[in-house]
Amino acid sequence: MMGLPAYLVLGALVFSIGLFGVLTRRNAVGILLGIELMLNAVNINLVAFARFNGDLTGLVFTLFTISITVAEVAVGLAIVIAIFRVRRTVEADRLDLLRG
Amino acid sequence: MTLETVGFWVVAAVLLASSLAVVLTPNLFHAVLYLAAALVATGVVFLLLDQPFLFAVQLLLYAGGVVTIVVFAIMLTERLVGERIAQTSRHLVNGALVSAAVFVGIAGFLLQAPIGAPRPAQTVDTTAAIGRALVGSFAVTLELLGVLLVAALLGALYLARSEE
Repeated sequence: MMGLPAYLVLGALVFSIGLFGVLTRRNAVGILLGIELMLNAVNINLVAFARFNGDLTGLVFTLFTISITVAEVAVGLAIVIAIFRVRRTVEADRLDLLRG
Repeated sequence: MTLETVGFWVVAAVLLASSLAVVLTPNLFHAVLYLAAALVATGVVFLLLDQPFLFAVQLLLYAGGVVTIVVFAIMLTERLVGERIAQTSRHLVNGALVSAAVFVGIAGFLLQAPIGAPRPAQTVDTTAAIGRALVGSFAVTLELLGVLLVAALLGALYLARSEE
């Protein structure tokens, strides 16, 4: 039987990989994909802790985070599409309108 | 080696490989397909933790919903043929350093934490228990989630609408 640390290390690895994607991708959609990976890692941790502690709250919380992530992705991609309409690019480096 | 142990290592390998492919592959469309693989692998991790309901939710909402709208967004903002969809990364070394530092920090914390307890036996049907908790002690949160989803729906429609 795998212990709790195995699942937590797996979650930490996926989180680090997602963070790497957020830091290195130029494309705004690519950055969103990295954020998805990070949220996924958090879900692994929540479910693992809930299972090993026999606590239901982590499972319900996972349901909430999944739903909120879906809403966040919908709004985020709508913003990406709106930006693309105006600037004809989704490269994060070139979206510097608010830079002073 | 029990079946659960073998399954864990296989799923962990698939999850890590597809996650790395998501952040490293130059083709953005391929990255989304690898993300779908990573999300399904996460669902299988939920199965290994005896949560079939969360596995179903993961498949429906993440692997079904998120991947579909991301594919649509890519098709709207990129040309699928030609080299425009190929995208480069920047600051590869710095990003790897920061990610590795974060992982080392978390791992160091895990090593000190008293979390070696074995897994307790699954006694109750968690699907039924989750359902009861959602309309019981989490009823207000569930209603707020519905409000959030309506707001996100309206916000996405408003932001992505055409100009006329």
